[in-house]
Amino acid sequence: MSDWVEIGRLSDIPQRGARCVDTPIGRIAVFRTAADEVYAIEDRCPHKGGPLSQGIVHGAQVTCPLHNWVFSLETGFAQGADEGAVRTFALKRDGERILMDASAILAAAAARIAAE
Amino acid sequence: MNNGLTDMTQKLVVVGAGMASGRALEHLFEAAPGAFEVTLFGAEPRGNYNRIMLSPVLAGEKSYGDIVTHDAAWYAENGVACRFGETVTKIDRKRKVVVSKGSETPYDKLLIATGSAPFIIPVAGKDLPGVMAFRDLDDVNAMVEAARKPGAKAVVIGGGLLGLEAAAALKLRGMDVTVLHLMGHLMERQLDPAAGYLLKKELEGRGIKVHVKAQTKAILGDGRVEAVALEDGTIYPADIVVMAVGIRPETRIAVDAGLYVERGIVVSDQMVTSDPDILAVGECVEHENVCYGLVAPLYDMARVAAKTLIKEDAAFRPVETATQLKVTGINLYSAGDFADGDDREEIVLRDASAGVYKRLVLKQNRIVGAVMYGETSDGAWFFDMLRKGTDIAEMRETLIFGQAYQGGSPLDPTAAVAALPDDAEICGCNGVCKGKIVSAITSKGLTSLDDVRAHTKASASCGSCTGLVEQVMKLTLGDSYNPAAVQPMCTCTDLGHDDVRRLIKAKGLKTIPAVMQELEWKTSCGCAKCRPALNYYLVCDWPDEYADDYQSRFINERVHANIQKDGTYSVVPRMWGGVTNAAELRAIADVVDKFNIPAVKVTGGQRIDMLGVKKEDLPEVWADLGKAGFVSGHAYAKGLRTVKTCVGSDWCRFGTQDSTGLGIRIEKFMWGSWTPAKVKMAVSGCPRNCAEATCKDVGVICVDSGFEIHFAGAAGLDIKGTEKLGLVASEEEALEVIVALTQMYREQARYLERIYKWAKRIGYDEIRRQILDDKDRRKAYFDRFVFSQKFAQVDPWSERVSGKDKHEFKPMASVGFAEAAE
Ligand code: SRM
Ligand SMILES: Cc1cc2nc3c(=O)[nH]c(=O)nc-3n(C[C@H](O)[C@H](O)[C@H](O)COP(=O)(O)OP(=O)(O)OC[C@H]3O[C@@H](n4cnc5c(N)ncnc54)[C@H](O)[C@@H]3O)c2cc1C
Ligand code: SF4
Ligand code: FES
Repeated sequence: MSDWVEIGRLSDIPQRGARCVDTPIGRIAVFRTAADEVYAIEDRCPHKGGPLSQGIVHGAQVTCPLHNWVFSLETGFAQGADEGAVRTFALKRDGERILMDASAILAAAAARIAAE
Repeated sequence: MNNGLTDMTQKLVVVGAGMASGRALEHLFEAAPGAFEVTLFGAEPRGNYNRIMLSPVLAGEKSYGDIVTHDAAWYAENGVACRFGETVTKIDRKRKVVVSKGSETPYDKLLIATGSAPFIIPVAGKDLPGVMAFRDLDDVNAMVEAARKPGAKAVVIGGGLLGLEAAAALKLRGMDVTVLHLMGHLMERQLDPAAGYLLKKELEGRGIKVHVKAQTKAILGDGRVEAVALEDGTIYPADIVVMAVGIRPETRIAVDAGLYVERGIVVSDQMVTSDPDILAVGECVEHENVCYGLVAPLYDMARVAAKTLIKEDAAFRPVETATQLKVTGINLYSAGDFADGDDREEIVLRDASAGVYKRLVLKQNRIVGAVMYGETSDGAWFFDMLRKGTDIAEMRETLIFGQAYQGGSPLDPTAAVAALPDDAEICGCNGVCKGKIVSAITSKGLTSLDDVRAHTKASASCGSCTGLVEQVMKLTLGDSYNPAAVQPMCTCTDLGHDDVRRLIKAKGLKTIPAVMQELEWKTSCGCAKCRPALNYYLVCDWPDEYADDYQSRFINERVHANIQKDGTYSVVPRMWGGVTNAAELRAIADVVDKFNIPAVKVTGGQRIDMLGVKKEDLPEVWADLGKAGFVSGHAYAKGLRTVKTCVGSDWCRFGTQDSTGLGIRIEKFMWGSWTPAKVKMAVSGCPRNCAEATCKDVGVICVDSGFEIHFAGAAGLDIKGTEKLGLVASEEEALEVIVALTQMYREQARYLERIYKWAKRIGYDEIRRQILDDKDRRKAYFDRFVFSQKFAQVDPWSERVSGKDKHEFKPMASVGFAEAAE
């Protein structure tokens, strides 16, 4: 069952920018595109751990600040010749409010504990 | 006399050092070197230059040095006695002497090439200071000077070729420009109303006001121009008024000498006036009732006059001329006669979305006029048929679509040029046809555009045929020559950095979306390669107007610290010239303790790096550093990094100057400026060079006699010693030179291109010429840098301590912790 919690308002995030949300499974980067779409992905580049929230946002993509891999915000997949992916998280918009599904995060955290 | 040479050497006096006489002398010396002993008078205090190019000079796209056609060495080589700055006031035909400044110079043959004088409309106020023409370099300098004043206003009277080139250039210089034009549409002599309308719209889009049907009533002002009043009551405030309403042949000395003069000095087909020993060429001339105002026919006259002087047969024949407006970003071509008429038909093509308009006027299946706006690549082809009177009945249906559509050949500009006959004219100014270019390339083994210019003169005057010339080169040289070898900025566009930079200026684009829209970016919002580049170009070009787009900056420049491999940051405060003191060191020590900063290191740039700072802590770290007087060291910036110094004359037994002081002075003057790539400098107190100045972007080596300025060194990915720019005597001058050099680099380089790469591309000599030799230009660069610093020299750390971009440093929310604990 989903558990949508408010993480902030659209205006908290600059257009073509990102903010972070702290979670038990690490930081999640929440992006806002030029067209005001919002996306959430893991804030950790699969290459060498670069904080993707610090990258340049273009279209529905972000370029990692450390070595310039490019990721799709929709699918989480690395673009072009690079291979890899980040986990994506569902978001909901209710007017200005941005909501994240806390249950998905809990499930991910539980899966990680189970694996350890 | 027994010396045969002296017997034969005749004295040729030339009055007027302009475009026509320059060309005539070239022909003369080439055909019969030594046949004449030449004295050249010029009213302007300088030799021959390419007057056509005054427009790009005014626009700041070229410098005076770029347009000089004959330099001192050339005159010396050909034994020309130069009398520049000396106006000939009288010709005494009986005694065969010319009079100037009270002295007399005898001639055997006289060549009058006095050009024309700008026409000044006879209204009240026309003599007020601030009213100027657009004819020579002095006019250009006066306009550039006036444009320096922020917010200065220019009114250009005359919406013809000259007036519009002036208006566009002054606008580029930042002036507020209004064009007043008497007729109903712009350039009515060359354009029909539709093309005139498109042109007006384009200019208005660039922020130039255009008032057509404007009848000037008076120029107002008390001791100086203040405004222009029109008959309809409109008043336009003005700091300068540029009169560009036309020209009249400069015939005064010819009239006084009793030569036959109508509108111009009347000449025969051989360019001889009513006095057999006096020839005339150029705009001052009238031939078969026609006076000319474009260079192509004047060059023909020059060729004929040279032949006549050496007693060879030649005759001048009137020619059709085509017109192009030399305003970057505007494509406009017109040739022939396009008035309506019963015996005429026309073909029109419009593409409103692309801003294209083409019109051909036909008479008995022959082209008599052509106007093109927006897309002009077929201009040469139409013009060729116009001049030859080609019967176009066969291709009437598809004619307007251009050459590429004929005979089913593909739409490829090279194919279009390939199809041109050998005698098709490529360069209108110099009358160079395709065959001549091809044969010069093959017979002389030419491989570069500059070679072709030097050997054929094609594209060497107004430059608008450069594309065509390059096509011919490509055809002749095959794949070894690729004019389109421009590296696109990134996959979002086909344009290269240089084109983008030029178009940003030319089209007055002031936001990233405007650039992407106007230059047809292929992506909706660019990528991590083009966005930072565009942001820099806009910051550099419009320092006062452009709002820096932080989302287009790399993270380091957005949060003003260097991101590290683990996502933490490093903090490097400025230590001016590498000098510090106990209080500063204590403040750093306290900060390191308070925030548990894991590493402290002395950098290669003579300052201290604190590494491993958490992003959330940055504002507080800066707040503490700020209290001790530190500002950001921009160790992350495409901007001024460090100015390394040595101890210099303060302490060192070899020091010749205060190298530490100069380094600090430079750093304090220049910090905060954004540059295409990082800029590092150093000042060494003597040639032992302990500050390693000779591998920096800019370096200074102090010597007893002053300061040796070095530039274009590298010591990173490449290793390269600097080039010497030159020696200056004072600290003031050293600072001005360094700042001007940096500004030139800021304005010209491609994003991420270090100084050494840019300098190699532009040419070291060119930089020396612009920065060391051309003092006016140097000053202008300096002033532009100082202006942009007003907006750039703000410490980014203290801004953020005061709350700017708070969102960057704090997570937005926490999710899932409470639940996870359950
Ligand atoms: C800290 C420092 C090393 C040190 O511990 O001494 C350093 C550290 C870095 N250098 Fe450097 N360079 C440092 C002096 C130099 C020098 C020596 C100098 O300045 O005299 C050079 C050679 C001169 C030059 O600039 O060419 C140098 C040539 C480079 C280059 C190669 C640039 C090139 O065009 O060839 C890079 C890579 C780049 O910029 O793309 C680079 C890039 C970097 C970066 C910014 C790598 C990065 O992108 O993250 C490092 C950041 C560390 C940090 O977070 O602070 N660093 N780097 C030095 C800081 C100087 C300062 O006070 O600002
Ligand atoms: C801004 C601008 C842009 C132009 N653009 C184009 C273009 O794109 N295409 C084109 O074809 N044409 C263009 N022209 C026109 C072109 O420059 C002229 O047609 C050409 O320069 C005329 O050459 P000339 O030798 O007859 O006269 P000039 O080049 O004017 O030379 C005459 C010289 O004689 C000097 N002189 C006059 N009287 C005396 C005297 N009594 N004693 C000593 N010296 C004297 C003058 O000071 C002047 O230096 C442009 C002109 C200007 C001003
Ligand atoms: S040389 Fe410069 S870029 Fe390379 S590891 Fe050292 S600091 Fe980093
Ligand atoms: S860590 Fe992201 S590209 Fe290397």
